[in-house]
Order: sequence, then structure tokens, then C-alpha cells
Amino acid sequence: MKLDRRTFIELAVGFSAGAGGGFMLTPVNWKLMDDMTIWSQELWPRYQLGGLKGRLPQQGKVTHADSVCNLCPGGCGITVRKVGDRATKIEGREGYPVNDGGICPLGAAGLQLLYGPWRIPSPLKRIGKRGSGNFEKISWDEAINKVVQKLGNLRQKGQSHTVACILGSDEGTVPRLFDRFLAAYGSPNFIRTASAEDTYELALGLMQGTTGSVGYDLERANFILSFGSGLIEGWGSPVRVIQAHSTWRSGDLKDRATVVQIEPRLSNTAAKADNWYPINPGTEAALALGLAHVIIKESLYNVDFIGKHTFGFEDWSDSSGKTYMGFKRLVRTEYTPEAVSKITGLPAKKILTLARAFAKAKRPVAVWGRGKGTVSGSLYECMAVHALNALTGNINKPGGVSARPQVATRSWPEVERDATAWSGSRRPRIDGAGSNRYPLTRYLPDRWSQVMNGGKAGAIQALLVHGADPYYTTLDSAAVAKAFEAIPFVVSFSTCLDETAYHADLILPNHHYLERWEDIPTPVGLQKPILGMLKPVVSPQFDTRHAGDVLMTIAKSMGGSVASAFPWDDYETLLKETMGDNWGTLEKAGYIVNEGYKPSAWSKAFGTPSGKFEFYITAFDQAGVKIGKDVGYLPHYEPVQPEGNPATYPLILIPTELMRLADGAVGNPPFCTKTLEETELKKNDLFVEVNPKTAADYGLSEGHHAMLETAKGKAKVLVHLFEGIMPGVIGIPKGLGHAAYDDYLAGKGVSANSLIGVVEDPVTGLSAAWGVRAKLTRV
Amino acid sequence: MKEVHHKADEHHGAHEKTYKYGMVVDLDKCTGCGACMVACMAENNLSFRKDNSDRLRSNLWMRVYKISNGRPFPDTDISFIPRPCQHCEGEGHHHTPCVSVCPATATDYSHETGIVSQVYTRCFGCRYCMAACPYHVRVFNWWDPTWPKGMEKYLNPDVSVRMRGVVEKCSFCYHRYQRAKNKAYAEGRRELHEDEYQTACTQACPAGAITFGDLKNPEHKVHKLKKSRYAFRLLEKLGTNPKIYYVSTRDWGRKAGEVYAGEEPKGVTHVTHA
Ligand code: SF4
Ligand code: SF4
Ligand code: SF4
Repeated sequence: MKLDRRTFIELAVGFSAGAGGGFMLTPVNWKLMDDMTIWSQELWPRYQLGGLKGRLPQQGKVTHADSVCNLCPGGCGITVRKVGDRATKIEGREGYPVNDGGICPLGAAGLQLLYGPWRIPSPLKRIGKRGSGNFEKISWDEAINKVVQKLGNLRQKGQSHTVACILGSDEGTVPRLFDRFLAAYGSPNFIRTASAEDTYELALGLMQGTTGSVGYDLERANFILSFGSGLIEGWGSPVRVIQAHSTWRSGDLKDRATVVQIEPRLSNTAAKADNWYPINPGTEAALALGLAHVIIKESLYNVDFIGKHTFGFEDWSDSSGKTYMGFKRLVRTEYTPEAVSKITGLPAKKILTLARAFAKAKRPVAVWGRGKGTVSGSLYECMAVHALNALTGNINKPGGVSARPQVATRSWPEVERDATAWSGSRRPRIDGAGSNRYPLTRYLPDRWSQVMNGGKAGAIQALLVHGADPYYTTLDSAAVAKAFEAIPFVVSFSTCLDETAYHADLILPNHHYLERWEDIPTPVGLQKPILGMLKPVVSPQFDTRHAGDVLMTIAKSMGGSVASAFPWDDYETLLKETMGDNWGTLEKAGYIVNEGYKPSAWSKAFGTPSGKFEFYITAFDQAGVKIGKDVGYLPHYEPVQPEGNPATYPLILIPTELMRLADGAVGNPPFCTKTLEETELKKNDLFVEVNPKTAADYGLSEGHHAMLETAKGKAKVLVHLFEGIMPGVIGIPKGLGHAAYDDYLAGKGVSANSLIGVVEDPVTGLSAAWGVRAKLTRV
Repeated sequence: MKEVHHKADEHHGAHEKTYKYGMVVDLDKCTGCGACMVACMAENNLSFRKDNSDRLRSNLWMRVYKISNGRPFPDTDISFIPRPCQHCEGEGHHHTPCVSVCPATATDYSHETGIVSQVYTRCFGCRYCMAACPYHVRVFNWWDPTWPKGMEKYLNPDVSVRMRGVVEKCSFCYHRYQRAKNKAYAEGRRELHEDEYQTACTQACPAGAITFGDLKNPEHKVHKLKKSRYAFRLLEKLGTNPKIYYVSTRDWGRKAGEVYAGEEPKGVTHVTHA
């Protein structure tokens, strides 16, 4: 035993002689006197005999390095504890303006992604069949040459427009580099993966005439009305919203904020809320308008804002004398509590009480974006909810909603396009965004695969994917797989072997987020402009390269105007230059926050044709959107029918999103999977939630195996009886059903996206699907 | 080993500052996110396996329980109870349950810190303590832990990994206490500040739901928080005198917690598919 101890000391602290003596002068000796040291440290040397034989982690100096997490759009500040050159722990960064010391389970497990077996060790080229997972290591030169050759050929053949890029974001230097590459190369096909932002940006653009994403001043709100947003389950910037939630839950009971959750299932958010109102899934817009009805009828709205700063509230007439229906008349005639009660299933009395409580609150805010906000959603629904914020005059006010700009960075020189680039970029987009059919929409991430499968199989000849996993996250997995199959050349820049990388022809692995520099623009939903900086915390563990550098190398090797669009020596030069005067602060402090930022006063806030907040969207006509009926210009309820025949599929399946289960571009790390409840995953089988009443109807009990089937696919699942889900509705957690990664994730459960298809929003073309019809049979 | 133990006590005994570390967990704030569980795993070198779905074999030190009021839709409610080791102090005739049954003195109650230790080198795996602990906090190592190649790089050198055949449990991140104490000693201080020693779960919790500190120090936040009229402890009537307090303004949640586990009242569901 003694010997063991000494061995340990040598190993742990580097003290060899005399360390076992009885002096009490140094902390090291004190520590050895402490019997309890044994339970925290004694076993290291012993363990050399076991599973870590020869792999005992190295000791070293303890240091801390600050950076930013980019495993989700939350952009939390992190502090990494290092021992020598090993990163041993990720903690939330104290004082960081997004998350002040807090961290989420995914962020805390980030080192498993850094050191895990799912890392891509070097450039890889597919050798087996697509999806067989057979790859061969190749050199960077060879990998880059392959891309240059392929893209060069396509360009030469006048096919530059058949190249598409799919990214998880369109902000920040790296996504903008990809965008720039396409501009110089000659393709309009930059696609951003789906999120609620897609729709909210459009709604803000239409109603407020602003660009920029929605910012919620959640910390100062005192009545939070959430239309299915998973406020404490990963919605927005997850840690920030959870912290806001704690603010709402602090202080004397009587002073606390009120949280109301509208959702057909008792989510964690619903459980924590002061009031949970389950409504029929997909009827959120109707409820919002029902609330508007009461607020207007009882004159509870903000008269100043509505009177002076809005357009289309009252009926109005144009210069020719033609009169148009205003929001007020629509809502007063169509959305009485009784009518809305029929649609939503919520008693009329509750609609009345809720509307009054919301409108009378000091700083109420209505929040939109289902679950974590990973689907685009319905435009009219978003507008209906946003209209509640307008009624209470809660736009650009403390505790309210605003369209938030980004921290300004230096602009880049204009791309000088050659003839190919010009003609290529002017071609219609593959996904139909910006076309006559969908003139307002910038990206249609769930539509490109449908278009390809609908007779345009050759539309994409080469696809570059970065910071996204469209193969996994796009709705209707079978359709996505089919479309991928039709793309001759798929290149992934992924760090980990995600589904897209797994089905790619070539992988050019980016550095892990703890190994690289990159700017991280304002996290989703924040009301203040913030710019964070990823900094290398450890040196690259594998033969990886920064995606920014790789893309620039590709462009430069292509020569001509494509090359000259990238005048920077390397990515770091570009980053420094782009950050301009902010670089010093960013390098040192790791972030910039525009603390003094205040949203504009009402009189200057709106860039709509009327210069006011518009209930009646005049921009529709200007943009050439075909609306058809009068009510189409106003927020209204237009049911989004879930796919499937009710006779065959009598139940409704809705996706559920869990804080402990990552369902975006990053696969769930083992630590997080380990935290899943035993009523969520059992061995490789996923549980779906079923109300006991519904289960009884189908002869199902707790733990039974069942076949879950929709028009899109079927899967064997386990049944978990949950009183908290509406009868007739089934809940399926999102985030499992991976084939890639490795045994810690692959093969577990099914992907909700394989069962749910796209339902196009009539105005935006984005997917408005909130669920799908389904049947459940005992097997 | 015992000798060292006694010698240490003699040296320290007279002038040693003592603490009674504990927690107050605000269940109104706890979101069930699980960050505390992950932070604990990362801090304390907990291993993981390809299939962790069998909770009887899973080795969580911190586990967040989900409890339900069991009422039908739409009157259903759920709540979360993060459950580390309760570091039971015992009172009167009741001693710390696990400590009193351990034949190897592998687990002990520290009067310096109020922390219940687990000395792996002494544990020979009889698992009496697991049976004795009313909170099911103790886990047994059925396997030698392994890490996929490369992953050993993130292991925390301050906490040794545990081998097959021993019982392990939450230590209140004892190594952090050691670290803080070392630092204080080096600076010539004998007393730790509140923020100098915090557990990994407390630090990680995005909701700020966990407050950790010296329960008998009026300057520590826990001292006041534990006096909330909504505070309770799990299975209080067993006389284990646990040092984890919970605060919930929901009556059913408090009731469920007070009787939790041992009596399994109807309506409190925590379904296991073992
Ligand atoms: S919330 Fe998002 S950004 Fe923040 S730690 Fe978690 S994964 Fe990282
Ligand atoms: S980290 Fe905090 S909020 Fe999350 S489960 Fe643990 S105690 Fe609850
Ligand atoms: S909770 Fe269990 S393991 Fe912890 S001190 Fe109490 S009896 Fe012992």
C-alpha cells in the first residue's frame, strides 16, 4: 500500500522523496495527512492494471482557457480547465453576457466530442457504397484537388448553378465565406438549415419592415405566454432562457412572473409554468386570435401604440375608395371565445381569463417557436402570436420583443464576378426560394430534396455541407436519402462522423470548436448584439484544417475571378481584418457586447411601406406574393393539416424535444444519452408517450412494443404511458435514430424526422408541419 | 492506513475549522435539464457504456428524478428532484445508515466537513451500504470502467477512477474541498470562503437551483435558504438527518418528496423498466 502511495505521489505531483513525512508546512503534506485523499485519488496507480493500462492520463500544470460553445445556436461562454495540454472539463464562463457561469448538459459534455471516437482523423474519401461507412484516408492535397477538379468541371460546362452549399447559419465569417464562394463561383444555392428563425425573420420583415432576428427581453418580462416554446428545454439560447426562468421564479411568491404554457403535452416547460393550457395541436394561431378578440373587445390594448404606430388595425380604404377589413373586425367577427374554444378545445372562460391576465400584466410577452425552435413553422401563426405583442404595445420596450441587429463588422470588398458567375448566380434557386411562387423566402431547407425527387434529380451536381447535418435534420428522411443518392458529389466539412458525413463522398474535417478561431454572432433570441470568439483551447488532435482555410484554398486553386474574390492570406488574417477595431477586445476578452444598445423608438422603428407596424401586410403586394383572399393580408388562422388520411391514421404524432437529447447538427454525446430516463430509451428502443386512455383503446400497456406508422414511414417503438399527453396524441422524442457516429449513439431509437413530412406554408413555402397523422398497433 | 488517519486528527484536531456542508435545491427553479448529472460525470470521471439505459446498472452519482402527481390529463403535474448523496448526519439513535453497516469502515462521516466518505481501497464490495441507503444513491461497479481510445485525455487527475467490485457515490466533489483548503493553507488562511468550495453540479446548474455551503454558517446562503417555509428533506422521518434541503412551493411535490422512495405513495410514479 505504501508503495502504491509513493507511486501515486510521483505521478500526481511530481514529488518523489520525503513526501510521506509528517510535516505540516506545505499543502502537499497536509493533503497526504488527509485520510480522505484516498477516496479521491488513491486508485490511479492501481488502475494501471485495468482498462486504462498504459493510458494513464498525463499530469501537468492546471490552467483555464475561455472560449465559446457552438454546439447549438446558444453561443454560451465557456471556461475550459486544462491539465498540461489536455482539456479536462468544460464549465460555463462566469460573467459571460449570455450564460454567466451556467452550462447545459450538451455543452458540459463537449470534451466527449473533442476526444471521442467519432472524430474524423483526416480527409477521407468514400470507397464503399454510399452509406456503407467505408472510407479511406487521403492527403489534404488530394482531397482539395478532387473538389477543385469537380467544381472546375461543372463550371466549365456552364453548370455552376448546380452546386449548392448547406450550412447551419448564414451569419459570421465562415458561413459568409461559403456564400461568397458561391457568388464568385456562380451559384444561387446557399441554403440555411431550418429553424423557427426562418419564419420569425419573415414575420418581422412583413409586420415591422425590419431585417434581423427576433430578440426577446425575457429577463424583464413579467408575464410570459408561450405558444409551445420549450422555454427550459433548449428553446432560444438554452442556458440564457433557463436563467431567465429562474429570474421569473425568484423573490416573493406574489412578485414572481407568471408563465403560461400552451401545448398539447405536459412538457417540462408546461410543468414549471404557472398555468398549462393544453390545446388541440396546431391550433395555436386560433388561440392567439381568440385572446386578441378579448383584448380588443374589452379595450385592453395599448391605445397609444395601436392608434399612432400601427396600420390595418381598423378598416381602411385606399385612394380609389375601396375599403379593406382591418385586424380588429376580423378578430371580432371570426375569433370569439366560443368559436376559438371549438377549435382549440380550451373552454371559453379560460380564454377570457388568460386574455385579461396577459393584457393587464405590466410587461407581458408572447413567445413563439415550437419546442427548441428547430422547425420553420407557419407564418400566419407566428404573425398571430406577434400581433399579441403589438396589442400590448410590447414592441421595442423593456420586457418586450424587438428586431435585433448584429454587432457591426467590417464589410468585405464586392465580389468581382466573371460572366459564368453572373449567369450562374442569376439562375433560379433549386429550392424555389425567391421565385415567383415564394418571393419573400430566402431559403427553403426542407424543400430542395422534395424538388429533386419531383423530377429534377439532376438539379444538384455537387453539395458542400458545413456546420449542419441536413441528412439527419431535414424532415422526411426517406426523401432526403433519395435526393442525396441523386447528388453525384457530396462534400462534408464536418468534424464528427455525422449522418451527412457518413453519406458523403469526401470529408474535409474542420477543426473541433475547441481547436479553432471563429466568430460567433449573437445567440438566437438575445435582445442585445453580442459577438463571441471561439479560440483554440487545445491544439488540433487530428489531421484537420479550418474550414475557412480549406474553402479559400479551393477557391484560390480554381484561379481567375473565383480566386481573386479571396484576397486574404488565410482565415485568421480575414478574421482579424473583418473584426476591425474590435479584434483586440475579442482576442483578449473573448466577446463584445453592445450594452448600450436600445431598440428604436416606435416613431422610427418600422420600415414597412406605411412606416408603421402593419397588421395588414402591404408588403405582400409589393413583393408580388399571391394572396388571393382578403383575410390573407392579416394574421389569421389557417389550419395546417397534418399529413395522412384520418381513416388510416387515427392518431396524431407530435415531436417532443428534450434538453438531455441533442437533436440538431450535433449528435448526443454518451454522457447526455446516459441521462435519458428509462421511460425514454431502453437498450436501443425508443419510447413514445401515449395517454393511458388512448393506450387502452389500442390494447397497449406500459412497456409494450408497438408499431408506429405514418404516411412517411414506420418504426417499432416502446409505449410509455403518460398522463400528461393529450388523448389521441403521441409524442416522439427527437434526436435519436442515427446510423452514423458510433455505437454510443448509432442504432438507438428512431428519428422523428423519418416519420414526419413537409407541409408547405402557402406563403413562405417553409415547412409548417407541427406533426403528422399516425397509427399505433401492438406487436 | 488507520495510523495516518489518527495522526492527521491529532495534528488538526485542536485548531481545525469545521463545517457542515450541505445543499438547498430550489425545485421551483430546477428544470430537469440534467446539466448537474453531466457536470458530475465529467468532474468525477464517471464512466459510461454503450447501453446505459438500465438504471440498476448505471453509475450516476447525481441523479435527477422525475416525479408525477399521477393525476389524469389535464391535471397532471411533474417535478424534478436532483438527488446527490444526502450526506446523512444521523441524529439521536439514528446513525448515518450506510456508515453504520459498513464492515470495512470504507465509508465514514467526517465531523470536519459533514461529508460522508467512500474509501475505495477499503471497500470490498459487500454492498451492505447500498441496501442500507434509503436514497439509492450508492452504485456498484459491475465492470472495470473503460474509455474509448483517446477519451482518457479528458480524465480529471484529481479524482481517481474506480475499479470493478467497489461501491461509489457522490463525494460532494471532495477533491475540490482539498484543493480549496490547500490554497487557503498556502495563503495562511484556516477558513474557506463560501465561493471557494463549490461542487461541480452547483457550479454547472444553469438555473442556479442548487446552493451549496456550510449549513451552520449564518453568512452562507444555505443557512437562510434552508429555513424557507417551503423547505423539506427527503424521507425526513427516517431520522437520517440528511444535509440536502429542497424547496418547493408545490404542495404535492413537497409531500411526494417527504415520503419518496421508501413508501412509494400512489401517484408518485417513477417507472422502471429493469
Ligand atoms: S446551450 Fe448551446 S451553446 Fe450553451 S452550452 Fe449548451 S450547447 Fe453550448
Ligand atoms: S442542473 Fe440544475 S436545473 Fe438542471 S437538472 Fe440539475 S439541478 Fe435541475
Ligand atoms: S444518502 Fe445514502 S449513501 Fe449518502 S449518507 Fe445517506 S445513507 Fe449514506
